[in-house]
Amino acid sequence: MIQTLTYYLSFDFIQYALIAGLLISLCASLLGVTLVLKRYSMIGDGLSHVAFGAMSIAAVCSLAPMAVTLPVTIIAAVILLGMSTSGKIKGDAAIAMISVGALAFGYLLMNVFTVSSNISGDVCTTLFGSTSILTLTQNDILLCTVLAAVVILVFVIFYHKIFAVTFDESFANATGTNTKVYNNLIAVVTAVVIVLAMNLVGALLVSALIIFPALTAMRVFKSFKRVIVGAALISVCCTLIGLLTAILYGTPVGSTIVIADIVVFAIFSVIGKVAKK
Amino acid sequence: MALIECKNLSLGYEGKPIVTGLDFKVSEGDYLYIIGENGSGKSTLMKALLGQKCVLGGDIIFDKSLSRKEIGYLPQQTVIQRDFPASVKEIVYSGCLNGCGLRPFYSAAQKKYAKEVMEKLGITELSNKCYRELSGGQQQRVLLARALCATKKLLILDEPVAGLDPVATQNFYNLIEEINKSGITVIMVSHDMNAASKYASHFLHICHTPLFYGTKNDHLCCDVCRVFNAGGEAE
Repeated sequence: MIQTLTYYLSFDFIQYALIAGLLISLCASLLGVTLVLKRYSMIGDGLSHVAFGAMSIAAVCSLAPMAVTLPVTIIAAVILLGMSTSGKIKGDAAIAMISVGALAFGYLLMNVFTVSSNISGDVCTTLFGSTSILTLTQNDILLCTVLAAVVILVFVIFYHKIFAVTFDESFANATGTNTKVYNNLIAVVTAVVIVLAMNLVGALLVSALIIFPALTAMRVFKSFKRVIVGAALISVCCTLIGLLTAILYGTPVGSTIVIADIVVFAIFSVIGKVAKK
Repeated sequence: MALIECKNLSLGYEGKPIVTGLDFKVSEGDYLYIIGENGSGKSTLMKALLGQKCVLGGDIIFDKSLSRKEIGYLPQQTVIQRDFPASVKEIVYSGCLNGCGLRPFYSAAQKKYAKEVMEKLGITELSNKCYRELSGGQQQRVLLARALCATKKLLILDEPVAGLDPVATQNFYNLIEEINKSGITVIMVSHDMNAASKYASHFLHICHTPLFYGTKNDHLCCDVCRVFNAGGEAE
């Protein structure tokens, strides 16, 4: 088995997949802690559907996908994260609405203005990222590295502010922290991570990478710092295990990583329950 | 010397007034109770004092020695906080954030001050504990410590004893009284008349318009207070 593994690892595309997978899971898990605690677990799902809708517009108008997808998703993220404060439609309902709407809109567009011969294949690839992580180029890897560096930097510099805004917005606001700025910062970073990661690993995996490590870490760890560091480590380990398993046994990459996340979540839940007693 | 002075203040949302004609002063060392029924505009007034946009007319004048950033605020607990994985230390430190400006980390002096506050409130042993595992009374103490880290002058509390058992409530009131005696001005929003008449130095009784503003003794013998108390007993 180890021989097969080293044989596979000598390929460029496998190495790229590993690097991209690990960096993306690191970014997603850092963001995930804040998003889950702010009750925005579904935002990964919602935004990736928005990105899918935007992508189909780009495909139909034959524009560069990134040029359409990124701004549209960032705007959607800012609106969604701002909704909880304005109040008329609650955050979760807003996410569900935009998510379903964008998905329907995107699929309709793709069907009516057929550009490719295999629509269901295209849709499937976008949503589940069937093989895309194994077809990355050197430029993709560069992009991933820069993105990961930016996300980590933002987290280190604004760590305490992000904590304050997540834990208690009204207190942070009252004592002079501009909560809007930080909420928008989180929204923009989330949108960028989701769009880039979706192209690389598919929408399904993105939302899983956002919620699972955070929830898993929260079962066991008791301070915010430990939860964040724990989530990052758990996420990276799960992705590594999932990727290697997928390579060895030829299973779909995205779903294998998600299964690894679920298994670790179950283990940590048990540990958390036992530790409490 | 008045820390805060409100002149003919009207408050509301989207142009619709909720409270009008507010005129009052908060002086250094006061213990002001803002009382009134649900929906009477207490919370709106508090939001205005904290600088959120709901002022429709009139002025809120802050003394030069008091910046808006230096108000210690103890908000009502939210659902998010009840199961938040954070240590007590992390939460108390976050009160120091207003002194950080653009600096990303807390200074040693800030941490030292936060530790002194925790010592004063008797939560030093809890400092590494997880917030969600504390009792309601302990959680309120932690949030109070955080508010004290943010201010050295003025504390605003929003129904801080809601959901506490009688013993924890009593302890909490004693703590606030001590803090007030140490020279910090306290503004408390509440509808607990018993506690109010025991601890307050001043009253502001509102129901869309100010029904009463004055010192404790005057309030106890005015009609507004009698009606409010009778109503409370009849329920």
